Amino acid sequence: MNERIQEKLSILADAAKYDVSCSSSGGKRKNENKGLGNAEGMGICHSYTEDGRCVSLLKILLTNHCIFDCAYCVSRRSNDVKRAAFTVDEVVDLTINFYRRNYIEGLFLSSGIFSSPDYTMERLVRIVRKLRTEHNFNGYIHVKTIPGASEELIAEAAMYADRLSVNIELPSELALQTLAPEKNYAEILTPMAQIRDGIRQNKEEKALFKKVPQFATAGQSTQLIVGASGETDLQIIQLSDGLYKGYGLKRVYYSGYIPITDDARLPQITQPPVIREHRLYQTDWLMRFYGFEANEILDPLHPHLDLEIDPKLAWALRNRHVFPVDINAAPLEMILRIPGVGARSAHRIVAARRFGPLTEADLHKFGVVLKRAKYFLVCRSQQRPALGELDEQTVRRQILFGGKSVRSALVTQQLDLFGAVA
Amino acid sequence: MLVRRPTLTAPPRDYTYDATFEGLLTVIFSIYDSRSAPHSIQSAGQAQGGLFAQTAPVATDETLATRVWDGLLKSMDKEARARLYHVFLSEDPQRELLIFRYIELALRLGTDISQHYADDTVRRVQRLAQQMFREKHRMEAFVRFEKTQDELFHATIEPDFDVLPLIAAHFTKRYADQRWLIYDKRRRYGLYYDLQRTDIVQFEQETPGKSAAVSATVLDEREPLFQVLWQAYFDHVNIPERRNLKLHRRHIPLRYWKYLSEKQPREKPFQPIQNKKSIEGKEVTAGQKRLPEQGPKGGARAGLSGSDGATPTRPETAPIVAEP
Repeated sequence: MNERIQEKLSILADAAKYDVSCSSSGGKRKNENKGLGNAEGMGICHSYTEDGRCVSLLKILLTNHCIFDCAYCVSRRSNDVKRAAFTVDEVVDLTINFYRRNYIEGLFLSSGIFSSPDYTMERLVRIVRKLRTEHNFNGYIHVKTIPGASEELIAEAAMYADRLSVNIELPSELALQTLAPEKNYAEILTPMAQIRDGIRQNKEEKALFKKVPQFATAGQSTQLIVGASGETDLQIIQLSDGLYKGYGLKRVYYSGYIPITDDARLPQITQPPVIREHRLYQTDWLMRFYGFEANEILDPLHPHLDLEIDPKLAWALRNRHVFPVDINAAPLEMILRIPGVGARSAHRIVAARRFGPLTEADLHKFGVVLKRAKYFLVCRSQQRPALGELDEQTVRRQILFGGKSVRSALVTQQLDLFGAVA
Repeated sequence: MLVRRPTLTAPPRDYTYDATFEGLLTVIFSIYDSRSAPHSIQSAGQAQGGLFAQTAPVATDETLATRVWDGLLKSMDKEARARLYHVFLSEDPQRELLIFRYIELALRLGTDISQHYADDTVRRVQRLAQQMFREKHRMEAFVRFEKTQDELFHATIEPDFDVLPLIAAHFTKRYADQRWLIYDKRRRYGLYYDLQRTDIVQFEQETPGKSAAVSATVLDEREPLFQVLWQAYFDHVNIPERRNLKLHRRHIPLRYWKYLSEKQPREKPFQPIQNKKSIEGKEVTAGQKRLPEQGPKGGARAGLSGSDGATPTRPETAPIVAEP
């Protein structure tokens, strides 16, 4: 019995690991019933895998049996893998016991599609209902909604879960048609819109009434696989932009494609494109926390992110006319646009300059990366060659290969691999 | 409006106190009462008198301490005041003087200085508070409870800083329906929650190593099972293709591994799930199951249609167990 549960857990955790979302933050579920768990406030990473990713939730599939045959997926129908399925009680028991030992923040439950979308979704709902109602469980729950499941089941899942998500996986309808013929955008976007509307309505009701049931308080997220199909970075970030603005998503995750099959429809690569994935995340951050618009970062003339330099620096080099920025006078929006100045440093600069003018030495102490920033800012009584006198390639070379430049082995290795001379 | 700012005109002194936070607040009182700036502030046990130094021992006074603590709000907000307490818990050798300097600067400038990041004292306080926060957050993450036969969930930790007072609220809220004990082995005290309230508990003598603290015989019958399951889970969520041990260690520095169940040796060696077909040209490792040939590869490759070309082999699997 114990051996079997261990084998099931191994199979079903292994099959779920390609879903990169692990966030456990943003929930508002308090422990008010002297029950188990609390999911308010910031998320906690209880451990980290050897690939450096956060382990926050018990992330498993209910089953890896699947009637779909999506080329990029390990659990696809035609793949010869060991299959397993948990019972409802097994998932509940594992979640509660892992949580009690402080291994996890909660449950991330997904599933292959067996029989039908509704049949599968009904079982997912049964698990979360049991955790909430029978076990007084207030930990974090993230449920994947199954494409094609009925509105009622999704609405019920939203009552018990903190976050819901539907993975788009492929960044274009064309890729979806080729690689996941049983799926279509409509089936993915319809539940996403339903959840968006539900969250909105729930907020309005909360403003009016005292006691309103929870509805996916931590919002919804999705995942895009990068590098399994031929989309440009521009297409990908336009899609993300649309999802943030049109569907109010909390997060879009990017998952560098990991070769798990030799299917001819997929690219043959030996290493997942981790640098490209990293640059996409940087771009995502620029859009969410730095006030950048998608079309500022990439445009049809520059449809791909520069792998060598970060997207903010790339933007700055293309827009040298807005620099240098005076850190003692410029508004926060402009400070945020200086390469090498993070959001935290930018806020510090604006707060600290009220006490007196700042120097470059101060900036260094705040954590500003002067190696990049120095070309783009001025402090009081400090003059350096104006940026206008240096051409783009010179600045770029100095930043990349100048004096103290330290480049991660990973970057060098990946750049070599792709032969990327952007 | 003229604000009367206290000036420290008397010659500086070396203060000693009982190493409690209340004691330090009393020292602050006596600094301004006697108008003698501190040359040093040390705990009575460790004080090293200078050759010509005049030590001024200060006896802790709860009333004076409370007066100072409340009075701090005149020159800073609650958050900034809490930061000073966190700096105290950091056990940094310079913490007492640092706290004094911060208070002195706040009084002198007569304004909220918490964002005066260009000032070294302010930044040092911020930094220590941040380190404390990180350690607190780590302990909220890295505590691993073991369940005993009498339903107590027990954990041992050795944090870099004295964070038990800071994590008590978190664990009390979270584990409201189980008895638990978190023991700081380095500082030899613990937090104990008895289903009603959380208290600080002292231990008379040092409890030996973790394994002996809660010996295997008193563990709950299912405890070893969940540790093994957690290890299995930990091993299988890893994606070997993305292996990055440097990043891994940055997130969980080696010194924390001792008490993490997922970092203990495995009973059985890790067996990866064979879930991918061998990629052409890649070696098939020993023990890996070779897949049955699926018709001519070239044929499948040529067609870019939806299906694979070859008939997919139906894997040998148990049927989905119907659930009750």
